Amino acid sequence: MGSFLHRHRGVAPYLLLAPGLAWLTLFFLLPLAFLGYQSLQSGSFPNYAFTWEFSNYAKAFTDFRPQLMRSLTYAGLATALALLLAYPLVYWIAFRAGRWKNLFLLFIVAPFFVTYLIRTLAWLNILADEGPVVGVLRDVGLLADDGRLLATSIAVVAGITYNFFALMALPIYVSLEQIDHRLLEAAKDLYASPTQAFLRVTLPLSAPGIVAGTLLTFIPAAGDFINAQLLGTPQQYMLGNVIQSRFLELIDYPTAAALSFVLMATILVALLAYARVVGSEKLTG
Amino acid sequence: MTSVEQPADVRLESVVKRFDDVVAVDGISVEIPRGSFFALLGPSGCGKTTTLRMIGGFEEPTEGRIFLGDRDVVGLPPYKRDVNTVFQSYALFPHMTIEENVAFGLERRGVPKGERHGRVAEMLELVGLGGFGKRKPRQLSGGQQQRVALARALVNQPRVLLLDEPLGALDLKLRKQMQLELKRIQHEVGLTFVHVTHDQEEAMTMADRIAVMNRGRIEQLGPPQELYERPATAFVAGFLGVSNLLPGTVEGPDAIRLESGELVRADVGGRTGRVAAGVRPEKITLGPGGGENELTGTVSESAYIGVATQIVVRTPAGVVQVFAQNVGTGGHMPTPGTAVTLTWAPEATFVVDRNGASAGDDSEEEDT
Repeated sequence: MGSFLHRHRGVAPYLLLAPGLAWLTLFFLLPLAFLGYQSLQSGSFPNYAFTWEFSNYAKAFTDFRPQLMRSLTYAGLATALALLLAYPLVYWIAFRAGRWKNLFLLFIVAPFFVTYLIRTLAWLNILADEGPVVGVLRDVGLLADDGRLLATSIAVVAGITYNFFALMALPIYVSLEQIDHRLLEAAKDLYASPTQAFLRVTLPLSAPGIVAGTLLTFIPAAGDFINAQLLGTPQQYMLGNVIQSRFLELIDYPTAAALSFVLMATILVALLAYARVVGSEKLTG
Repeated sequence: MTSVEQPADVRLESVVKRFDDVVAVDGISVEIPRGSFFALLGPSGCGKTTTLRMIGGFEEPTEGRIFLGDRDVVGLPPYKRDVNTVFQSYALFPHMTIEENVAFGLERRGVPKGERHGRVAEMLELVGLGGFGKRKPRQLSGGQQQRVALARALVNQPRVLLLDEPLGALDLKLRKQMQLELKRIQHEVGLTFVHVTHDQEEAMTMADRIAVMNRGRIEQLGPPQELYERPATAFVAGFLGVSNLLPGTVEGPDAIRLESGELVRADVGGRTGRVAAGVRPEKITLGPGGGENELTGTVSESAYIGVATQIVVRTPAGVVQVFAQNVGTGGHMPTPGTAVTLTWAPEATFVVDRNGASAGDDSEEEDT
């Protein structure tokens, strides 16, 4: 083996690539192709036939537009919310927490030790009508006496924000942590007030972390269905809920497959638009 | 050159800095005249960088006052002080171009765009980086980055420019070149430079005045020649160049009796009791003719080092180093074991107290 590699040096990179490529082909490309094939079928279970049924896509767009828009809106809101909450927190951890840094990072990651489903179920209790949050909000008058949080858009967005919070926080933390503090001294030396130093030095240097965190949060959030299912009602259902029920409950594979492609395409378009705004350089690091 | 008559640009009054119970700076008072090139020289941990950072505003003194011109700046944040720093690590902003880096301070001060452009271009020209403006810092070599850091600070025309070991990361050849260039630029712009270094040669090459620091205090302050020819303490004698220190006792205003019994002539400067008579190795002559002071001994080692021959001589007063300039050709080297007489002039002899620590036994202290 050793002498073989020695004689055929050019082969080594491909050998290293092979396992990953095989994995991706077997578990990503082939299923994706099959999904595409399914999305163009017609008929009803179990007698589907491949008929280039493009009307599945037209149907996906027209019949489920509210759910698609909701997916994008909820994911967008949750991403923005997670960014606003995470940035100050990890900024404080990176610059002020000193030797407690790792402990606070552990606090951010700790919820991930519990499974996704259980975490979301816990929010069911937190936001329950007789729970502490609703009680306080009713007392201070932010919520009507019969007002509730559960089964509202607020609950779903809050759930998504919470569930993907670490995916936003950790990349930003890493980019802030890497900033050389002497750069901030240099900015202050050059007449920048602390606010200006933040805007001109810290923020731009943490941009790669913000971009990475945004993508890691937005992409799975847009495809999420657990939060809407547990914390919302059909009024809050996202495209993920529709896909899930079409696949598993209604056994309508062609529509479910077409919806999956629609969701993927929409996310891709959203990403391209985002890349244009922030610059593709930052997207690829 | 040395413009001592000028009003002080920087004035430190009994400045003390403590970090918890470590005293980094222990009561420093100094005046730095306008337009001078001033060096703070000392080993690591002597408090020189802390002193610089207090002038820049990155540290606040525990006690004492710091004036920039007439203004007491203690408590004033760095961005409100009319000083700029060239950092040891350069600290260039990696996400900005060279131009944007250099323009940063002018922009913050609200200099209009047109004027800003002109001044940035002019400054990049001055440091020899015209045409590099659109590049990013990582595309430049260490020496070029160093020049950008210098330009970024100088373009603001601060009252005082602070240099924190700015040449430390450069290789020897580049460092020598930049030393002369810094000196040239300082002459051209006429600003006050305060330069921190642990390299005595660098300080002597560039500075008009040097403050030698040790353990948070200034041991001696003066022009380079004075520090070299007339070191006031054993530490200064050992830190700047090589010294032979011969222990003895003052016997008169111009005489010291060495412990080995010889009498050495030197101006004791009012000192009494136990002192050391010092002489630089290049001031000693092998054989008669060097001057009134005389020691006999045996050569224990000699080494040819090109410009000079370095000879180590054992004498009853102690081991003495001699640098004999290789003026002629094919100079003879005294072989080990040869008996020699060393002579030197009383004027070449300096006297230091014997209680202070010498630079020779300076142990590595923590860097503050």
